[in-house]
Amino acid sequence: MRLSSDQLVLWQHGFVKLNATILTTWALMFVLAVGAKLITRRLATDVTISRWQCALEILVLGIVKQIADVGLQAPRQYIGFVGTLFLFVAMANLFTVVPGYEPPTGSLSTTTALALCVFVAVPVFGIGQLGWRSYLKSYLQPTMIMLPFNIISELSRTLALAVRLFGNMMSGTMILGILLTITPFIFPVAMSALGLLTGMVQAYIFSILATVYIAAATGTRNT
Amino acid sequence: MDNITLIGAASIITAGITMGAGVFGPAMGQGRAVSTALSALAQQPDAAPTITRTLFVGLAMIESMAIYCFVVSMILLFANPFWNHVIAVATGK
Repeated sequence: MRLSSDQLVLWQHGFVKLNATILTTWALMFVLAVGAKLITRRLATDVTISRWQCALEILVLGIVKQIADVGLQAPRQYIGFVGTLFLFVAMANLFTVVPGYEPPTGSLSTTTALALCVFVAVPVFGIGQLGWRSYLKSYLQPTMIMLPFNIISELSRTLALAVRLFGNMMSGTMILGILLTITPFIFPVAMSALGLLTGMVQAYIFSILATVYIAAATGTRNT
Repeated sequence: MDNITLIGAASIITAGITMGAGVFGPAMGQGRAVSTALSALAQQPDAAPTITRTLFVGLAMIESMAIYCFVVSMILLFANPFWNHVIAVATGK
């Protein structure tokens, strides 16, 4: 039994490997980029706008509202990062309705890459907002003794982000595979519908956690 | 019993125990979190967006404990390093 789509190598030359994860990731990126380009080609400000533009506006405004709700001022500044994370994870998980598709988020390498993006982006946004001195000072926050614990929490939450998304998506496909051998017909359909719901919730959680971390680093969290 | 049988039996039993024990705690925690959030929602329906968001983030945090256990048991079952090592030794270095 394969644990992830990493082990499905489609093409290999020397140490250069093309596995199913890379292929589906690039296909997803292609679909997202071309779709966004096609929709934004004819943007209108009339009373009647096209259906797709309406859907895109709902999406963008929804993400902006969620970022603002967490407590970040100027949410437009962060939508490029947080919105991309959300859209990529959501699309990767939603495409499981296509037969034969294996979500790239079900492989630890993809989720680690996404979590590392968050790991790098949080200090970048923090330094950009507060400046070097006060950002580094935030590691000493309650007292000096907390420095190692702050650093450990930075690392462990990156690990948690990666393993959480991976575990959720992998468990979905794994349970589906096991159920297919036990109860072939109706029950796996119900489980894959549940998998779609889990995928959306995980996409939401991934992006909202990234937003919460950024808000904590930029010191604008007002709770 | 030879090494492979021992490792296989130990892995399967440990995976079962890992799932059972590892799911118990997060299940209790999530139940408490959801029940508290529901009573908070009943008292203050206006604060629904904030409560729901905090609930989701908290549930994700709690759930990751169970996910760690799940990943460990999956590694034990399907990608067991000890099993692979013993088989590599047995088949001649």
